[in-house]
This record gives sequence, C-alpha cells and structure tokens, in this order.
Amino acid sequence: MAASLFLSQSPIAISTPRSSPSISLLSSPQTLKFRSSHSNFLFNLSIAVSHAPSRLATIIPRATASPSSTAFHGLCYVVGDNIDTDQIIPAEYLTLVPSNPSEYEKLGSYALIGLPSSYSTRYVESEEMKTKYSIIIAGDNFGCGSSREHAPVALGASGAVAVVAESYARIFFRNSVATGEIYPLESETRICEECKTGDVVTIELAESRLINHTTGKEYKLKPIGDAGPVIEAGGIFAYARKTGMISS
Amino acid sequence: MAASTAAALTSTAFLTNKKDLDVAAFSSSLPFSYRRCERTVSKKICSVMTPQQSERKPSASGSVKTAMTMTEKIFAKASQKTELSPGENVWVDVDVLMTHDVCGPGSIGIFKKEFGENAKVWDREKVVIIPDHYIFTSDERANRNVDILRDFSKEQNIKYFYDIKDLSDFRVNPDYKGVCHVALAQEGHCRPGEVLLGTDSHTCTAGAFGQFASGIGNTDAGFILGTGKSLLKVPPTLRFVMDGEMPDYLLAKDLILQIIGEISVSGATYKAMEFIGTTIESLTMEERMTLCNMVVEAGGKNGVIPPDSTTFKYLEDKTTKPFEPVYSDANARFLSEYRFDVSKLEPVVAKPHSPDNRALARECKDVKIDRVYVGSCTGGKTEDFLALAKVFHAAGKKVKVPTFIVPATQKVWMDLYSIPVPGAGGKTCSQIFEEAGCDTPASPGCAACLGGPRDTYARMNEAQVCVSTTNRNFPGRMGHKEGQIYLASPYTAAASALTGYVTDPREFLQ
Repeated sequence: MAASLFLSQSPIAISTPRSSPSISLLSSPQTLKFRSSHSNFLFNLSIAVSHAPSRLATIIPRATASPSSTAFHGLCYVVGDNIDTDQIIPAEYLTLVPSNPSEYEKLGSYALIGLPSSYSTRYVESEEMKTKYSIIIAGDNFGCGSSREHAPVALGASGAVAVVAESYARIFFRNSVATGEIYPLESETRICEECKTGDVVTIELAESRLINHTTGKEYKLKPIGDAGPVIEAGGIFAYARKTGMISS
Repeated sequence: MAASTAAALTSTAFLTNKKDLDVAAFSSSLPFSYRRCERTVSKKICSVMTPQQSERKPSASGSVKTAMTMTEKIFAKASQKTELSPGENVWVDVDVLMTHDVCGPGSIGIFKKEFGENAKVWDREKVVIIPDHYIFTSDERANRNVDILRDFSKEQNIKYFYDIKDLSDFRVNPDYKGVCHVALAQEGHCRPGEVLLGTDSHTCTAGAFGQFASGIGNTDAGFILGTGKSLLKVPPTLRFVMDGEMPDYLLAKDLILQIIGEISVSGATYKAMEFIGTTIESLTMEERMTLCNMVVEAGGKNGVIPPDSTTFKYLEDKTTKPFEPVYSDANARFLSEYRFDVSKLEPVVAKPHSPDNRALARECKDVKIDRVYVGSCTGGKTEDFLALAKVFHAAGKKVKVPTFIVPATQKVWMDLYSIPVPGAGGKTCSQIFEEAGCDTPASPGCAACLGGPRDTYARMNEAQVCVSTTNRNFPGRMGHKEGQIYLASPYTAAASALTGYVTDPREFLQ
C-alpha cells in the first residue's frame, strides 16, 4: 500500500513493504526521520520525506520487510577515493551530539561539507537541512580516518539512505551498521567513474543491483548479507530488541 | 629505496571474511545466551553472556594445540576460548573503555536511551573518561560537552575521570591530563594482554603495550557501557619485521610513514599489524606508541608489539594490576610478512592530502612552508619534544616560520620545563624552544591536530603549508580546506622550521 503514497515529484522511492507502517507520517509537513528512540517499537519506519518540489521522497520499509522488498531510488552524488571522515563531517562540527535530536538534524546539514572546492556541487545546499541526493557513490576506502560516529549519522541525518563504494574503512562500515543510519554497499566495479552527480539511480537490495537510469547502465553490487536486517531494523540495539536478543 | 619486501605467506581464506561486523553472530544460532537481569538498575537490557565453558585456561605460550598470533591470543583470552582463528566473531570482555569529550556525550546518550536513565555502567573502574579535544575554547557546545562528562562521571562514580574546570589555567586543574592516548599510558591504563576499546580511532596507540586496542563508535561504546562486552571479529595479522640499527636521524614516525607508504591507506583494513624485529626491540615505549598510533592510517584494526623488558620497566611505577603478556607462537599464521632493513631508510614525509603519499624529505626541499606544528597523540610526547630540541640545539639557529608547540598532556608540559635535553648543557626543552623563537608551549590537548572550533590554538585558518608531527593530512584536517599538511617526524619538523622549507634533518644532525 505504501507504493501508492508516492505521488509527487520524481525521483521517488519505491518499495513494497509487507508490514503496514503508519502512513500518517507522510502527511507531516516536516522532513522526518524516525529512529529507534523507543524500546518497545515493533518496527522502525525510516522516512525522509520532503514536501518541497525539488526534493525527493524516500521510503524504506524496515523491520518486517525483507531486503527483497527494498529499493532506493533517487539522485546520486559522486565522490572519489579515500573520502575521510574529516571531509564527511569536519571536526569543528563534532561538538554536536548525535543522540540529541536537534543536533542530529544539524549534523545532517553539514554532511560532506569538508569536501574540497573542486566539488562544485554541494551535497547539502547552504541554508538547507537535507540533501537532494539520497545515494552516494564513491571509490575506495570510503570513511577512512576517525572513529567519529558523527560521520554515518551526518549522512543519514541529511537524508542519505545508502553509500555505494568500492570499499570502506572498517570503523565507518561498522558504525553505519551499528547505527542503522545508512546502507554501506559495495560495488563490484568502479562505478564512481561512470556515474555523475545528479544521475537518477535505483538500488535493488535483494538483487544487489544498481541501475543508473540516466546512462542506462546496470551494475552488480556485493550482497549486504547479514548486515542488511540490522540496518533495516534501525541499528544494532533495535535489531537486538526485534529479534528478542534483549528485552524490550 | 628497495629496503622493503613483501611476501604473502598463507591463507587465502582470511581474505574472504571481509566485514568486521559479521552480524551472522546475531542470528538464530547464537554463540552466547542472555538472561534477565536480576538487578533493578537496568530493566531494558539484559546482559549478554558467553556460554558456560569448561575450566580450561587458554594457552598463553609454549605448547599449544593451535598456533596463534598475539592478537588472536588476546581475543581468545577475552572471550574465554582456547583457540580462535581469524574471521571468527566473538564476544570479548572489555578491560578498559575510554571515551572523551567529542564522543563521550553521544555514547552516554545512547547508553541512557537504551539501558534507561537510571542504568549503571558495567564497571565504574573500567571506564576511563578523558576530556582532551575541545577544552580551551569559548565554544559553548564544546564546554557543555565537558560538563556532560563531568555530570555522568559523578552520577556513575567513575573512578578515572580527568576533569578540567578552570579553563583559564590548566595548571590549576591537577586532575586534567590532556590527549587521551598519551594519558592512558602515563596513568597506567595500558597493560599487556588486555582489551582496550575507545571512541577514538587512535586508541590503537596502546598496542605498543602488547594489548588489543582499537577505536569504536558511539553505539558500540554505549553497548559496552551497559554490558562490558563487544562483538568483534578476529583479524588476520600482517607482520612487519623491522631489523637493523636505526640511524640517529630517524624516528618511529619515519618507520610508520614508510610502512603506510608501502601498503597504502587501506592496506591493513580489517587487519592487525604486528611489529617485531631488532629495531622494534630497541625502541622506547613512546616511540612504540608512535608506531602503533598510526596503524589506523593504513586502515589497521590494531597495531601490536610484543611486550619486553622495556614495556615492563615503563609499567613498573604505573600500575599494580597484574597482567598477562602474550606472544605470537613461532608457527602462528600471518597473512603476509613485510621486512624492512631500517639502517637503509631515510627521513620521509607524507605529502598532502593522504598519509600514504610518501616522499623522501630531501625530495621536498623546494616546498616552502608557512608553519610548523608539533603536538598530538602521535607527535606531542616528551620524547618528540626532546627530538625537536635536539635539532634546534645542534643548529643553534632561530626558526624561520611560526612553530607551535602543543604538549600532549600536563605531564609532557612539565617535562618540557624540567627535563634537561641530553647533550644540551642542562638546558630544558622550553629554554631551547624559546631561544629558537618558537611559540610558548600551549595548554595540553588535541588542539589544532584536527582543526576544532575556530578559536582553537594554532588552528590553520588560512590556506597555508604546514609541516606537522600529527597523524592526518586530509583536506581541511587542521582547519582550512585548502591548507597543505606535510606529516613528518619531530626531527624533520625541526629542520623544516629552521629553513622554512621541508628539510631532511641530516642537514643539522650530521
């Protein structure tokens, strides 16, 4: 039923959730992102919805939906190799505490602000809180450097749902899964040289496939494996509660 | 410079297990059990327990069934297993959890959210909280974050909280230490054979003591605060054999920059890096810390050095807690082995904007610089400043560019004013720095190594060229996005300060 909820602008997100998430959320005029803030949730619906015509709407079914029902559709933002955490979220913004909701939102507005000026398009426009680009495409060793969890949090808070990189730095990958903020997906080939910022792409999680609609090319991704359900649940705590590992 | 050779030795199987967080361990066939907490303090989360094991002591050394590396042995001990192989996921008991003002508040936030407002940390003596990043700033949020640490430490009765209240003069805060990784060592929190996790990627520094030490995020830290456990994958080990007499113009910083240049910034991703050899044996503890500090710059999960008499001597007056050193078995399996003849190496730098962008210092002699920065967990220890002073004293000249001195900790700061520099006629570092025209040593902390708030001491607020003894030269790392950072040893930093160009220290040391 959620499929009919996306009307407006393209690009939109596609999904066929098997659960029945509370769709009233979509009527909110705000950009929302719900996380596992309560321990007794049954599912965790993560939504980055926007109302402005230029923005995208993305819905990701979490919890009961299996990866097979999940697809992300949106504009991509393309970066190169070794994008370190100082570029993802420069240290001057680390005074923002991710577990504080208003500061979480602010972190999102600074996502990738540390990229050098050679990147002529900003990931999040100044004065904006959210990005237009829900999918980041990168080269090798994405997220290298510091252990700051602010990095995947900033990307998730900005509205990113997935990064597709050739490889990741260890701590960034782990933090992405532990927080459930973004899907750190790996490509089998060097996609970052064949996609351009602004291309319209779809990621089909179950098929481990990325489709670039702008160029018409398709790429194989490495399966997300067992990390998928953890991210879907909204992170390691949410997953542990959902599966009964820890009591709610 | 063909001084290094790499030989892939064993095990292709290790390569396939790539992800550190193999959440398969979470699925139905759980290798652990969890039970309802009996305590009333935390209702939300039940402790995660490893299954009952028969009483068998893990083999430490000597006659063993399965040969293991040091790192594998530490994992085995911490997970109550007798043997382990790379790729296995195990719940390890954490001996020390360290956090600081940048990631502490977020970790505390997660702990409270998930375990309840009234939850207690698993062990108030195993949590070490060290404010060090953004201390001497008027940034209100930064100051608030230190307040959060203080309130939490008080509420939880945390035994080791190194507080600072009066920001106007760090010296009136006897508890304040400074840079966490150096403070951890100086305060006796680094012990062979243990597991130390910290919310900072340079937590790997403590591998110098023969322990497993690695950086984690807030969520993992929040979990550990409540349970004392972490799910970790056993990494395969890369072994670095450093042999030969270390030339007197080289420092450990040159060795690690050499290695990172060799294997790249992702060459050790998910892997342990073990350092052995006659050169390593000759290194002081602080130099070993420099080496292990930067393994994360190669993507390494941890760095580790076998404890020896140097280690035990350092620990003598620092800890009374018993510890059990472990060593790699003779037939342990290493993913690859790299050999270096250190006597043939030359001083190196990492050029902008990557720690693996290695070049010989002498190859960069035409690079004009605007400033020199000496500080951080990598290059702000007492011996780093002694090395700096040694070059300044040998040269007897003044610096040509602004030279910033940031002691890592309060103890280092005191050393600058009290320890005579060897061969300098009784002069201290501070006297030599003053004569050379350096900036007065600043308040101890992380300062401009990672930029920080705008008013951070020595932050690079303009697009300048800096030679720095720190660990990262990413774009924007020290403040300005277009700033250029050359990572170097304290010797090379000193020589460069004296000429105003990137300079090989042999110009002053021979």
